[in-house]
Amino acid sequence: MKPFAFTRASNSQTAIQAVIKDQAAKFIAGGTNLVDLMKEDVEQPNHLVDINRLALTRIEEHNGGLRLGALARNSDTANHRLVRERFPLVSQAILSGASAQLRNAATNGGNLMQRTRCYYFYDVAMPCNKRQPGSGCGALEGFNRMHAILGASTQCIAVHPSDMCVALMALDAVIQVEGPEGSRSIPFAEFHRLPGDTPQLDTNLKHGELITAIDLPAAASAFSAHSYYLKIRDRASYAFALVSIAAALEVQNGTIKQARLALGGVAHKPWRAPEAEAVLNGAPLNQETFRRAATAALKKAQGYKYNSFKVELGRRGIVRALTIAAGEGRTA
Amino acid sequence: MSERPANVGKPVSRVDGPLKVTGRARYSAEFKTENIAHGMLVMSTIASGRIKSIDTKAAERAPGVLGVITHLNAPRLNFPERTVGPNRVVDDQVGPWVGRSLPVLQSDTIYFNGQPIGIVVSETLEQAEYAATLVEVTYEERPHATSLEAEISRAFPPQEGLMKNSPFGRVADYSRGDPEALSKAEVTSDQTYTIPIEHHNPLELLSTIAQWTGNKLTVHDKTQWVPNTQDHLAMVFNIPVADVHVISQFVGGAFGSALRPWSHPVVAAIAARAFRRPVKLVAMRKQMFTSHGHRPYTVQRVALGASKDGKLTAIVHEGYGQTSLYEENTEALLDATRFLYASPNCITKYRLVRGNIQTPIYMRAPGESSGVFALDSAMDELAYKLKIDPLEFRIRNHSDKDPESGLPWSSKSLLECYRQGAERFGWSRRKMEPRSLRDGRYLVGMGMSSGTYPTLRTPASARARIFEDGTAVVQSSASDIGPGTWTTMKIVGAEALALNLDRVRSELGDSTLPRSGVQGNSMLTASLGSAVLEAGHAARAKVFELVRNDARSPLNGATADQVVFADGRISLKSDPSRGETYADILRRHNLDSIEATVDSSPGDELSKYSMHVFVAQFAEVHIDEELGVWRVARFVTGCGAGRIINERTATTQLTGAVVGGIGQAFTEETVMDHRMGRIVNANLAEYHVPVNADIHNLEAFFVEEVDDKINPLGAKGIGEIGYVGVSSAIANAVFNATGKRIRKLPITLDKLI
Repeated sequence: MKPFAFTRASNSQTAIQAVIKDQAAKFIAGGTNLVDLMKEDVEQPNHLVDINRLALTRIEEHNGGLRLGALARNSDTANHRLVRERFPLVSQAILSGASAQLRNAATNGGNLMQRTRCYYFYDVAMPCNKRQPGSGCGALEGFNRMHAILGASTQCIAVHPSDMCVALMALDAVIQVEGPEGSRSIPFAEFHRLPGDTPQLDTNLKHGELITAIDLPAAASAFSAHSYYLKIRDRASYAFALVSIAAALEVQNGTIKQARLALGGVAHKPWRAPEAEAVLNGAPLNQETFRRAATAALKKAQGYKYNSFKVELGRRGIVRALTIAAGEGRTA
Repeated sequence: MSERPANVGKPVSRVDGPLKVTGRARYSAEFKTENIAHGMLVMSTIASGRIKSIDTKAAERAPGVLGVITHLNAPRLNFPERTVGPNRVVDDQVGPWVGRSLPVLQSDTIYFNGQPIGIVVSETLEQAEYAATLVEVTYEERPHATSLEAEISRAFPPQEGLMKNSPFGRVADYSRGDPEALSKAEVTSDQTYTIPIEHHNPLELLSTIAQWTGNKLTVHDKTQWVPNTQDHLAMVFNIPVADVHVISQFVGGAFGSALRPWSHPVVAAIAARAFRRPVKLVAMRKQMFTSHGHRPYTVQRVALGASKDGKLTAIVHEGYGQTSLYEENTEALLDATRFLYASPNCITKYRLVRGNIQTPIYMRAPGESSGVFALDSAMDELAYKLKIDPLEFRIRNHSDKDPESGLPWSSKSLLECYRQGAERFGWSRRKMEPRSLRDGRYLVGMGMSSGTYPTLRTPASARARIFEDGTAVVQSSASDIGPGTWTTMKIVGAEALALNLDRVRSELGDSTLPRSGVQGNSMLTASLGSAVLEAGHAARAKVFELVRNDARSPLNGATADQVVFADGRISLKSDPSRGETYADILRRHNLDSIEATVDSSPGDELSKYSMHVFVAQFAEVHIDEELGVWRVARFVTGCGAGRIINERTATTQLTGAVVGGIGQAFTEETVMDHRMGRIVNANLAEYHVPVNADIHNLEAFFVEEVDDKINPLGAKGIGEIGYVGVSSAIANAVFNATGKRIRKLPITLDKLI
């Protein structure tokens, strides 16, 4: 690990000012991913600005929805009564990620900033356009079992590793950000990026911008009775998703009033499936609807040598997640 | 739990348990050493070629760095070429018979990706780790070969297998009976089975602290065989064996990975000598994937033929295993095939394929588990073709004596393991037709397998010492990698010395103690236990010697056959009131202690009996039909292993092995990117071992089995046996559940949807 300076900020402005001074400075909160990447020499910050003392840990009601502090720990968030009651999808997604120990350390803001688990990204002896632009993509023609089937580019086929973010994507969360030029809100769908020709950029955050909160809008609590996060992985716990599905339905008299569907483990960012939602919205609550939605969601999917199974797995997972979200036994 | 058979010793808690859970048990890297420096390895990033240049200037200038050692400035050491034959040169008794240990830092040659090519030594670990990233290496690359399949046309018979009369030499070609039997068989199955590279991934990393005092070397080293590390370092550094002191009291799991002294102790000792400081060298997790060996990639063809009534008439088993460029690693891939089932006709063919890889090494149940996965998968396939219950098929082909050697078994309880295992498991609920049982969305399948492992014994020495306070210690240089040797040797010692368990302690893991055999190949309990038993008997006999002609003793004039030893006391058989304690005797003779050291060796039992431990294993798997998600709902292991010293640690040996086997079956695979010849998942996030949530109901039991032929203890080794039939039982259960026959491990969910 490259030596670095370490300072502790007492408020967000001093934190931002400290980072803005140095292009190679970074905020550190839980550190569960950043420190890991530093140990592998993938991240080599000159300066870490510790934001753990900032007053951003609250989870509170906000405009009829919830505001999750950026520094609230993942475990505290997942187990918070209001999160569990109104946004159980978020709670489920968080609890299906990592391990209890990691969730105790990891923060909500940090969860959004996780970087891919691509093998080639993690090994500095391998080519990787995300880590070293222009060096090539090791995964494209390499071992790409965990890689993207949607939205990839010839530069990068990595996937975003977060579970929580898939739920946030489905529920139209809004990210609150503070920066050197003031505050702004970023709709969740615009927070992460597709790789395109700039796979080194994971998000649209500017250098020095600090996530302060994640807002779960009041409207998204309409799904609290019918939502489910399904994570399909290689072992029962502590593995990244091969495919994950955040499914949320609002059901009225056997009809889907509105639906949200997002996928994890399939793209460079948490993947929203508006084509599937269009199929689901207003449709009868049955298996046929779910199958059509699954087909629509993965219509543009493209597999590579080792991961083409994800396309069919994704379809089946979508049907399963929707079935469970609808309520077991409620759809024939 | 049903009643414990008489051959099974009652459960005793681990004596080192409190030390381990309170952190007082010190592992090799944990010894506080004054003035210690820290090393970090630099590893190659190409798979084949030579180092063109290696620039260490930036690393040397980095804060805290004492220096960098590479092939350019390392001392020339002695890595002898091992030879096959009577004058075999041995620098490492576990290393392959043919080849030589990786000559680390001896030349610019790159044999594999991730090869140690330098060490940076610094005041702190962090400084060493950082400075290691500053070493600039340029290479002259040559084409590499890491794929066994791509190189299979270059397969060759292992040289050691061409030796005559070698006890362990893997036979390249074997045939008995009619070589054309397969083509004449009424029903056949002929398939290919593949097992990827697997890594042991123990919790404890390879770690060494090396320190020189003049020309004498002391190392704390993670090892499964203290004297082997001692011998190796003595030969490599060309110093007397007595000048090397190796300490390894506790080992945090190894599974075979620490059988050999790899580069770590050598490089640490080089650095310690160069910088005149004690040096600590610990592998990073990612370095573990190339710092030591692995279960080799294997491809196997198994063809079986049987008569319609379910009698095997032909077995053909061909196995290809990968090895490195500089050593011929072999394993018992085909050994079990020649005797596990009765078939008059049997052909085995063993070939090696070289690759730019670290030399493979035994990984729990080496060879046997890979071979039995193929063999018992094939048995299951043939049973389906014959429409015979797979358990019944195995019973019909039970080998009543060893069909390879013709020798009688020293003992064999496999039929009883089948019977009791099937009963406990509820085998009768199984349906022959795949996809017949369901539990909601899950298809339910049941499968079983046999398993076997050799019962061997090596020379071992032990000392027993009785103290004047009536306590005693038993000692040996053996390491305990986790099976509970500290506890079992105490139990055996107490029995041999006729002392209560709480009066005896064991002392292990130091080369100054009597020379132990290896903790590996399921041999240590039998080897060392026999030595401890004999040492204990010898020590108490010495106490008796003191009183035989001692007028002050109530035992004066008694002969050995007239006395009994019990509870630390010697008394007359005819009148137990006439006797005295060891403590009284020693005190009266003004002795602090009395001791006996015994060198114990196997006899000629191997030439008279075929000696093996057997197991029957039963798996119930649940497979989500749509998503391929798997669950091992239940797993039952029945084992006949002769005398069981300690039921608790023995049972956890079996269930722990089953956990490992579940990994082999469903999750474990080291993936090589053959374009670069480099492992892509060298970490515990992407190399999946089973987690707690994957493990459900595991049951293991021992059947009644008494064996007085194998060794004085009557105990068969059980370190590996619990692993052998797991992946085959599971693959067979997966077929029963889904109708899908998976012949390439691991059975990841993509293979099931």
